[in-house]
Amino acid sequence: MSQLVRRSDTSEFRKRFQWIALVMMLGFLGLVARLFALQILDNDEYRTIARENIIRRVTLATTRGEILDRNGKVLARSRGANNVYVVPQRLDMVLVWPKLASYMGVGEDERARMETMLNNLRASDSSRKTQQILLKEDVSQDVAATLRTHEAELPGAHVVSIAVRSYPFGEVGAHTLGYMAEVDAEKLAVLQASGYVEGDRIGITGIERAWESYLRGTRGWEKVLVDARGRRRQGGEQIIGEPRKVDPIPGRDLRVTIDIDIVKAMEKAFRGELAGGVVLVDVRTGRILGMYSKPSFDPNALSGGSGKQVIRDAYRRLYLDPLKAALDKTVSGAYPPGSTFKPFTALAALEKGLIDQRMYSQCSGGITFGKRVFRCTHRHGATDLHRAIAESCNVYFYRLAAEYGVGMDVIAEMGQKFGLGARTGLGVNAEASGKMPTRAWMTLRNKGHFQLGFGLNAAIGQGATTVTVLQLALAYGALANGGTLFQPQIVGAVETSAGTVVQEFSPRVRRQLDLRPEHLSLVQKALTAGVNEVRGTAYRARIADVSMAGKTGTAQVSHHITRGQDADKVGYFNREHAWFAGYSPARAPEVAVVALVEHGGAGGKHAAPIAFEVVKAYQDARAAAVAARAKDKTTKPPPKVPPSPGDAP
Amino acid sequence: MMRNDSRIRDLFDWPLFISIVLISVLGVINLYSATSVYTGARAELYISQIYWLFLGGIVGGVLIAIDYRHLERVAYILYTFGVFSLALVFVLARDVRGSARWIEFGAFRFQPSEFTKIFLVIALAKYLHDDPRNEGRSLKELIVPAGLTLVPGLLILKQPDLGTASIHFIVFLMIASLTKIRWKSVAIFVGTVSAIAPIIWTYVLLPYQRQRITTFLNPEADILKGGWHAHHSRVAIGNGGLFGLGYLKGTQNQFNFIPDQFSDFPFPVFAEEWGLVGSLVLLLLYAFLTVWGIRVASQARDRFGAVLAVGCSSILFCHAIINIGMTAGVLPVVGVTLPLFSYGGSSVLTMLTCASLLINVSMRRFSSVADRL
Repeated sequence: MSQLVRRSDTSEFRKRFQWIALVMMLGFLGLVARLFALQILDNDEYRTIARENIIRRVTLATTRGEILDRNGKVLARSRGANNVYVVPQRLDMVLVWPKLASYMGVGEDERARMETMLNNLRASDSSRKTQQILLKEDVSQDVAATLRTHEAELPGAHVVSIAVRSYPFGEVGAHTLGYMAEVDAEKLAVLQASGYVEGDRIGITGIERAWESYLRGTRGWEKVLVDARGRRRQGGEQIIGEPRKVDPIPGRDLRVTIDIDIVKAMEKAFRGELAGGVVLVDVRTGRILGMYSKPSFDPNALSGGSGKQVIRDAYRRLYLDPLKAALDKTVSGAYPPGSTFKPFTALAALEKGLIDQRMYSQCSGGITFGKRVFRCTHRHGATDLHRAIAESCNVYFYRLAAEYGVGMDVIAEMGQKFGLGARTGLGVNAEASGKMPTRAWMTLRNKGHFQLGFGLNAAIGQGATTVTVLQLALAYGALANGGTLFQPQIVGAVETSAGTVVQEFSPRVRRQLDLRPEHLSLVQKALTAGVNEVRGTAYRARIADVSMAGKTGTAQVSHHITRGQDADKVGYFNREHAWFAGYSPARAPEVAVVALVEHGGAGGKHAAPIAFEVVKAYQDARAAAVAARAKDKTTKPPPKVPPSPGDAP
Repeated sequence: MMRNDSRIRDLFDWPLFISIVLISVLGVINLYSATSVYTGARAELYISQIYWLFLGGIVGGVLIAIDYRHLERVAYILYTFGVFSLALVFVLARDVRGSARWIEFGAFRFQPSEFTKIFLVIALAKYLHDDPRNEGRSLKELIVPAGLTLVPGLLILKQPDLGTASIHFIVFLMIASLTKIRWKSVAIFVGTVSAIAPIIWTYVLLPYQRQRITTFLNPEADILKGGWHAHHSRVAIGNGGLFGLGYLKGTQNQFNFIPDQFSDFPFPVFAEEWGLVGSLVLLLLYAFLTVWGIRVASQARDRFGAVLAVGCSSILFCHAIINIGMTAGVLPVVGVTLPLFSYGGSSVLTMLTCASLLINVSMRRFSSVADRL
């Protein structure tokens, strides 16, 4: 250490102060440059990021349209279901959980089960404990309101409202209405362009599916301010700017032509049978007044709201049912029409001039054709056309095919004229086309060997001939109304949620059949006799005050036994299908009705009573509508109401 | 102690005092805005800050009244006490976000590393005061001051607190640059540092510290994790523009996007609300304060005063530059406070102590009793 330098001598430092000051100034200048770059040069970029940070576009849910029956009864609507979610880790099991459980009003067992589940989750390392998990689905409005009121004392628990489709009539008319489910990935890929997002519900079958685009509605959006944790903040309109909001457009309501009371009567009439379908259609418009398929299902369970497990169980029941509950038997199932087809064979023969009404045949319980014996139900004796239809004599029709040149092509032509063996264009549910076999088609099917016996079967609606219940109903409607084949209609009008009609669908004629009136009247008389004459096949099914003309059918099922099938069930599945097809009233017909009981046995015994019950329900509904209108007229000027069953054509 | 003649009072450093007051006032105003997003106790932080400022003012007044040369006598005692309390941190301190920096005495807690920088400066001043040179120093002759720095520096690095540790090292470098060192020694030093830097990177720095530095070098790679602070503070600053969004109207602050806005990140709040214009005013105040501190050093009556003033000035400088630099995305994110803007008793007291020491040195630059010790 130098003794010469005094400790107060700062000369060692002298020149260095300015350098240090310079370094400091340069440091600050560097910051200034950086701030200039951030705040002036890149200002636009950061302003954009800052806006994006706090402004979020949230979608506003829309409500799906309702489905109303012709009298305005709600068949399907969307309701809010409240689900309780919890974040297990944030839920205080000592202070908060007992409160939550008591507010939810869960029973002892359920409470213990939830508690175990929550404790397990909290103890585990699973990331689920920090996420919202569904604790209880679809709690009541009261419970939801209580929970919302006390939300502040229940940290970690939330009530979330979701829209669930509800079908007040449950299984009644379920096939026609259809059900909803979460849109799957495959469909979503296609539908993304139309605004569907993951988790959306979409109509899977029935009207819900076919009219999805009308029912669905359009989502809206709103720009809101959110903070760094995603919590919403009020105010700040000037930050957001315009446009701020696009309101959602609710889905359209559908006014269907169905009368749910009639469908209820259908369900009731079917109580004694296992499976089948029935259709009631207005012969003057082609509007479907009721359709019902059995076995049915509960669309409420399938459409969600009560939880995934319920949906899974409902699906399992639907698809494991040996009676094919998922199938809409009114339009998606094709069955041999049996004797209900005979009027069309008769018309074919008459129109082609192959027979006239004087032609008669002798029935001795069957005829031999080739090597085969074609049987009749019993010995009818001398039978003309009238009795052949009314009493359902097979031999008469075998003769037409075998001896009078009423071949397959002639029969098929007439059947096709009436729309049999072809899709009706209802547009709801996958329609089976059925089959009106021609000679060429049969030849192809039998590897080039056509047998005249095929024609005999076709004449009585057996063999390869298949139709759907709806096809047959529309065809009988055409028989009843003098030859007008209508396009079936199930949606009568599209309305806004306020009830204003947006679009009304008028009846559409599919084909005007060119039939000689005397031929038609001959058949109509025979159908009237089938119900009203003592020897008519449906005579015993008559009920008071129901005027009906119609034809029973007992269609043989091809005899096959699948190996491994249950012995009892083999019996069931080999039984004949029971049919009844007709219209009412017999004079000036209004409705056509077709009932099919799968493996029901004799048509007159099993199907005809159902048809009568249904027509009875129709008459009651009409009377009620007339009474209601009369009452309406006295009180106020008549509002514009959709046509009801009582309307004259 | 009160023997100071009236000249001393006349020589009171008003420019320094006024710049300190201005920064403090702006700091409280800004703290009010920064904590306005909270409810409850945190919203009241600006009031506690005012209390701390008053307490700091009283402590500063006492420090100004005592001739700084008395510190020379207790320099090594203070230094030892500082190192001891740093050691105590390891025994007593509680973990806050993975780092133990605080010592608690009942309701009161303080951060020793905030004060050790000043004790280090005093110790270095004492050492250099006692070791006057005319010819250039070699590295060997700087080993003692380097050792004085390394002891608290490494203790703090192990807390771990990279920011405060680096302030100790930088302050040492600035004080060392004050001395005349041989060019050859400078070259050797630079060479050695660049040689051992990779070793420090691998063995001394903790993973999170390394990650902060890599995040800083490549900021956009990792916005949601390490880069969250850096990203959002940069966005807030950039959002301010030329004139800012107005007081209490900074959206990124009001919507909670600025993390730790009352402690380590008050500058983005300020820059968003007052824009480049406001930021320049603040930078100007800090620049004035620190450069004025160097001026005070250059006029100091003795070597002790000169080193003390350079050290205090460097502390203020390091805090301002590192804090604003990290919020503006030019320096890695480390826990360094912004002088008199960041909330915190330890920080406020430290900064006001530095300022008081500067005023103290400045006031006594012409003292007739020079070198009596």
